[in-house]
Amino acid sequence: MTAPRDKLGRPVVVVTGMGITTSLGAGKADNWSKLVAGESGIRTITRFPIDGLKTTMAGTVDFVSVDPFSSTGLSERMAELVTQEALEQAGIGAKGDFPGPLFLAVAPVEVEWPQRRELGRAVGKPDFTYDDLLRISGGGKYSAYHHRFMFGSVAAHLAETFGTKGSPISLSTACASGATSIQLGVEAIRRGETDAALCVATDGTVNPEALVRFSLLSALSTQNDPPQAASRPFSKNRDGFVMAEGAGALVLESYEAATARGAKILGVIAGCGELTDSFHRTRSSPDGKPIIGCMNKTLADAGMTPDQIDHINAHGTATPENDKMEYNTTSAVFGDLLQKIPVTSNKSMVGHTISAAGAVEAIFSLLTLEHQRIPPTINYDNPDPTILFDVVGNKARDARVTAVMSNSFGFGGQNASLILTREPA
Amino acid sequence: MTDTASKPGQTEVWITGIGLATSLGEGLDANWTALQEKRVNVDEKGFAPFIVHPLLPVSFDSQIPKKGDQRQMEAWQRIGVYAAGLALDSAGIKGNKDILSKIDMVVAAGGGERDLNVDTGVLTAEAKGANAPGFLNERLMSDLRPTLFLAQLSNLLAGNIAIVNGLGGTSRTFMGEEVAGADAARIALSRIASGESDIALVGGSHNGERKDLMVLYEFGDFNLKDKFAPVWQRKDHAGFALGSAGAFLVLESKAHAEARGAKPFAKLSSVVTDLARRKQSGDMEATLDKLWDKLPKREGKGAIISGASGAEPATSEERDFLKKHTDFPVRATGTMFGHTMETQFPLGIALAALAISRGALFPPNDSTGTEIEMQGAPTQIVVVGAGHWRGEGMALVEAVD
Repeated sequence: MTAPRDKLGRPVVVVTGMGITTSLGAGKADNWSKLVAGESGIRTITRFPIDGLKTTMAGTVDFVSVDPFSSTGLSERMAELVTQEALEQAGIGAKGDFPGPLFLAVAPVEVEWPQRRELGRAVGKPDFTYDDLLRISGGGKYSAYHHRFMFGSVAAHLAETFGTKGSPISLSTACASGATSIQLGVEAIRRGETDAALCVATDGTVNPEALVRFSLLSALSTQNDPPQAASRPFSKNRDGFVMAEGAGALVLESYEAATARGAKILGVIAGCGELTDSFHRTRSSPDGKPIIGCMNKTLADAGMTPDQIDHINAHGTATPENDKMEYNTTSAVFGDLLQKIPVTSNKSMVGHTISAAGAVEAIFSLLTLEHQRIPPTINYDNPDPTILFDVVGNKARDARVTAVMSNSFGFGGQNASLILTREPA
Repeated sequence: MTDTASKPGQTEVWITGIGLATSLGEGLDANWTALQEKRVNVDEKGFAPFIVHPLLPVSFDSQIPKKGDQRQMEAWQRIGVYAAGLALDSAGIKGNKDILSKIDMVVAAGGGERDLNVDTGVLTAEAKGANAPGFLNERLMSDLRPTLFLAQLSNLLAGNIAIVNGLGGTSRTFMGEEVAGADAARIALSRIASGESDIALVGGSHNGERKDLMVLYEFGDFNLKDKFAPVWQRKDHAGFALGSAGAFLVLESKAHAEARGAKPFAKLSSVVTDLARRKQSGDMEATLDKLWDKLPKREGKGAIISGASGAEPATSEERDFLKKHTDFPVRATGTMFGHTMETQFPLGIALAALAISRGALFPPNDSTGTEIEMQGAPTQIVVVGAGHWRGEGMALVEAVD
C-alpha cells in the first residue's frame, strides 16, 4: 500500500477496528465461524408471547441483558459492546477519548409498551382516557423514561462513554442506515474534518408492535417452522424477511493517520453511493433506475469499473420483490460479468438487522476479504429460476476476493451501496 | 472536530429558498407580518393544562396535490412536505427536473405519531382484566392501520418529500431532537462547501399538537402549563409550549445559484455543534462559549436568534451565555412559534436569512430586558440552538456582499 490519496485526490479511508453482535453471537470470531459454517441465528421468539402473531420467529439477541428492558436499551447496550470490540482492535486514542466524531445508525425511538402499560396500571381505574395518562406522567416518577426515549439518547450515551468529539449524529435511512453511517464517516474524513470516525449501527427492535407493523405490510416471512429455514434469499419459495437484532461498529481512519500510528489496516472503504427513489414509499421504481444509478455512483466514487468487483454482498432480504429487483438492477450494471461474480446474502443466517444491516454486512464483507472465503446463503434448496445470480448456496466458498460491493435498500426510497477492498485501488 | 466554517478555497453557500408553515401562518410574508405585529398563536384550552402553538391551517392540496399522498402521511409529515414544497417554490426550482433529480436532502425528524385510540383501547382493556398472553398482539394486529407505520417512520418525511416533489439525489434523516436540526444544516453546508454537493434541501417539521409527545416530555416535567408567557419570562414557571411548524431551506453553492440566476436571501457561513455533558451547572454555557468562539469573526451589525425553549435549566444557562453578548439584540423563536424541537434550528436560520434579506430584525417580545430593540439592518445573525436535554448548535447567517 502506497497511496494515501485515492484517484480523486481525496484521503483514502481505511478500517482499523470492527465489532459485531448478531443473533449468531458476540464478536467477530464467533460470528465468522458460525457464518461460514452456515448456521442460522433465527429462532422462535421467547422474549414476549407470540400468540396471535403470523410471524413467530426472529433473529433476537437474547444473550445481551438489559434491565429494565426496552428495545432502545438493547440497541444501546449492543452498540456499546460492538464499539468496545472495535476500539480494542483499533487501539486508537485513549480510554474514553476517541479522536473523532460518532455517526450512529439507530432505529427510530418511541415510548414502548412495557412503559406504556406501567403508566396504564398507574392510573388506577378501569376506565380512563389518554388525558388520564398524561395527567400522571409528570412529577419526576418517570423522568428516566424521558431520557430513555429521546431519539438522541443512545448517541449521547455512546459519545459520553467513548469520548467521541463534537455532536454525535443519530441517523435513519431505514434499512440502509448502517451504510449511511459509514458513508457519513467516510465523507468527514475525505473532507479533512477529522482523521478518524466511529461509525456504529444498532437495532434491537424485535418487539410485538414492530413485528406487527412489518407483518401488516406483508413484509415478513411466515415460514415459522423450522425458524432456521424461514429466511430464503433468492429461493423460489421465499416469502419475506425475518426481523433480527444486531449491531456493528467500524473505526474509520485516513490511511495516512492509520499508517502513521502503525495501525493494522483491515480494509478500505473505497466507495460509497446513494440515490433516492421517489417512486413509492415501500416499492422500488419498476425500471430499477435509482438502484442502478446508486451502484454506478458507487463504482464512480471508488474510481472502479464493474470488472473490478469480484463479490457482491447482496441486500438479499428474501422478500419476493427485493430479490427480483436486486437481480434485475445488478445485472443491468454488471451485464455478462455478473455470471462470474459470486453473490451471497448474510440475511439467510442472521436475518434482517434493519438499521444495523448495512454496517453488519460491511463487516462481514471485510471479513470475507480477510479470509478469502465467502459465507453461504443458506436455505438455498429451491433456486428462483428468474434470479440468475451465482449464489454461494448453502456452503461457504473459497475465492479470490479483492473488492466487494455491499448493497442496502430501504423504505422511503433509500438506496446505498459501499465498495470495500483489501488495499487502496 | 466537527465544525464547518467555510475555509479558504471553499465555496460560499447561499440560502436561496425558504419554506415556512407555522403557527403564525404559511409563507414568508405571513410569518414576517405576524412577527412585526408581535402576534402569538397559542391554544391554552385544547390540551389544558398544556399550552401549544397550533399550526395555522393550510390547504395541503396546493403542495401535496394527490389526496392519496396526504392519506399516507400523518400531520408532522404533511406539515414538512408542505414547507419543503414552499422552499422549492421560493428557490424557483419546483418542477425543475434537472435540479430536483440531483438535489441532496438532509432532514431532521422525530417520528412515531401514534394512534391514541389504539393505545388507550389496549390499556383500558388490560385494566379491566384482559390478560391473555396474546392480547396485545391480537389487538395490534386488528387495530393498527397498516400504513400508520409509514406515517411514523422518521425517514419517511424525507421519503414523502421525494415522492411528492420527484427528488432524486441523496436523502439522509437525522434524529436526536433539537440538535438534529443543527447537524442537518452543518452536514449539508459542509458537503456543499467542500464541493461534494451543489444544492441541498434542509429542514424539519414538527406537530406539537400531540398528546403522545406531551406524555414523553411530561416524564421530564418539560411542558409549559396553565399560562403562556414569553420564553425569558418563564423562570419561575418553566417549560416549553410545543409548537407545530415546518421549516425548510434550499442551500446552494454560490456558483450553482449564479449559473441559474438565483438570488440569495443570505449566506450560511458556518454551523457548529457539540454535546455538552451537562453534568454540572455551567457545562452547557461553557459549550455555548466554545461554539461562539469557533464562529468566524463578527464585525458587522449583529443579532442573535435563539431557540431557547423555556425549559430549565437549559434556558437559564443560555441566558447566562447571552449576558456576555449584550451588544447583540436577541430574539427567542420559542416565544413566537413555540418549541418545535427538530425544526427549531432550521426555523432560526430561516428567520435570520429573512431578517437579513428584509433589512430589519423583527421586534422584541419580552419584558425581562433580554430582548432589546434593534435599529438598522442586521448583516450577521448568529442562530443559537441548545436542546432542552442535550445538544448545542450555532450558525452564522450573513448578508451576501
